[in-house]
Amino acid sequence: MTGLLRMIGSWALSALRKMGHMFIFLVQSLSYAFRPPFKFRILLREIRFIGTKSMTVIVLMGSFTGMVLALQGFYLLRKVGSEALLGPAVALPLIRELGPVLSALTITGRAGSALTAEIGIMRISEQIDALTAMALNPMRYLIVPKMVAAIIVFPLLTAIYNVVGIYGGYFVGVKLLGLSSGTYFSQMEHFMNMEDIRIGIYKSLTFGILVLWVCCYKGFYTGYGAEGVSKATTEAVVMSSVLILIADYFLGTLFI
Amino acid sequence: MINIVGLQKSFGRQKVLDGVSLSISDKELIAIIGESGGGKSVLLRHLIGLLKPDRGKILVEGEDITKVSGRELDGIRQKFGVVFQGGALFDSLTVYENIAFPLKEKTKLSRREIHERVEEALEDVGLRGMEDKYPAEISGGMKKRVALARALITEPKIVLFDEPTTGLDPILLHAIHKLITDTHKKYGFTGVMISHDIPEIFHVVDRIAFLYKGTIEVVGTPKEIRASTDPVVRQFIKGSLKGPIEIA
Repeated sequence: MTGLLRMIGSWALSALRKMGHMFIFLVQSLSYAFRPPFKFRILLREIRFIGTKSMTVIVLMGSFTGMVLALQGFYLLRKVGSEALLGPAVALPLIRELGPVLSALTITGRAGSALTAEIGIMRISEQIDALTAMALNPMRYLIVPKMVAAIIVFPLLTAIYNVVGIYGGYFVGVKLLGLSSGTYFSQMEHFMNMEDIRIGIYKSLTFGILVLWVCCYKGFYTGYGAEGVSKATTEAVVMSSVLILIADYFLGTLFI
Repeated sequence: MINIVGLQKSFGRQKVLDGVSLSISDKELIAIIGESGGGKSVLLRHLIGLLKPDRGKILVEGEDITKVSGRELDGIRQKFGVVFQGGALFDSLTVYENIAFPLKEKTKLSRREIHERVEEALEDVGLRGMEDKYPAEISGGMKKRVALARALITEPKIVLFDEPTTGLDPILLHAIHKLITDTHKKYGFTGVMISHDIPEIFHVVDRIAFLYKGTIEVVGTPKEIRASTDPVVRQFIKGSLKGPIEIA
């Protein structure tokens, strides 16, 4: 019995230590973000990598999400004779839930994993040590620009995801299923307000910080060799995805 | 210049350094030799403050690097240049950008001044014409030379070399050794080199320290090391399988 308790206690202490370590990492990187010198060129490069290069997959995912929502929504609404509500039925879940969550999951898979691997490889090939040995802060060069880029890029990509999704729904609802274009958009105006859009932005900001925090941390403290980087990358993607869904639930309860 | 006093370091239960003491004089080129996995790189990482010891101190021009952190530590690090084992070149930067990087980030030199310094460094290491190549596009020997140029570009007082010739053929090995001695003469830095290149290293450095079982077993000039009667040193230099050093 004491052995079991000791094991649980030791596990809990180790988990607490890891969480504390992760939290200090986040606080440090965010604090450097507000202190000069600012690395604008690196920031632009990261915005390009996380943002611009994710556009194709975001547009693709967004359009099909909207199309599926419209297809299933139309099927359900027709049963209760409310096909006219298809516009808000597509837009509301997209803007409040699916847009922020699915775009965050997409960016995690495309950019988050790559960032973990990149930082991890820099760690095992001593590039991070080289920066430290030059008396240059690796956090300022590697982590801060990525974090700031995520704060800028996540809400923008989510907005694109939402707009493309709404037009995907429009294509299915109006062009394929024969709903009038006016009905599709005018009902959205009735059922939605700025608060819904604001919630979506808060969520995408939170997810952006969460994803980059986890991915950068896992890369920065990766294990040894190729196996260490591969493990760190897998852990980063799994942990980010789980945290996105957990955070989405709690943010949802806050804003409901 | 550098005084290491009673340095101890353990990883878990494994004691890697067990009271290392060594004095390194100004402008001296010293090699640290010893078994693979014997703690040489760990010792080198302590010198630049990448690792903190469990006990002991390292005085760099009188300042204890083990007791400082933040800006004070960075201040001491400005005196160092480091050539890492694999070069540790930044993948996303070209050869030119890698060499220029410390100057761009740490000095207020103009673009023209940086260009002149980088051109001179490229000339020193014989890499003219390679400026626009990325690390992935050049050979292992070239990477080591770029790393050396990057380490020397800020004209540091102390240069640490972590196995600068590992994995190179004998001709490149001699080329890198010659480059180190030439640049040492030109810049007059204090050099600490981790090496396995026996007997070649005897022709390169002023002194050799032999690290064994976490302590400095013997230190002396190449001539003294060659003449040493210590059975451990003799076995190591000869590369003999028989002797007090057991193969793990």
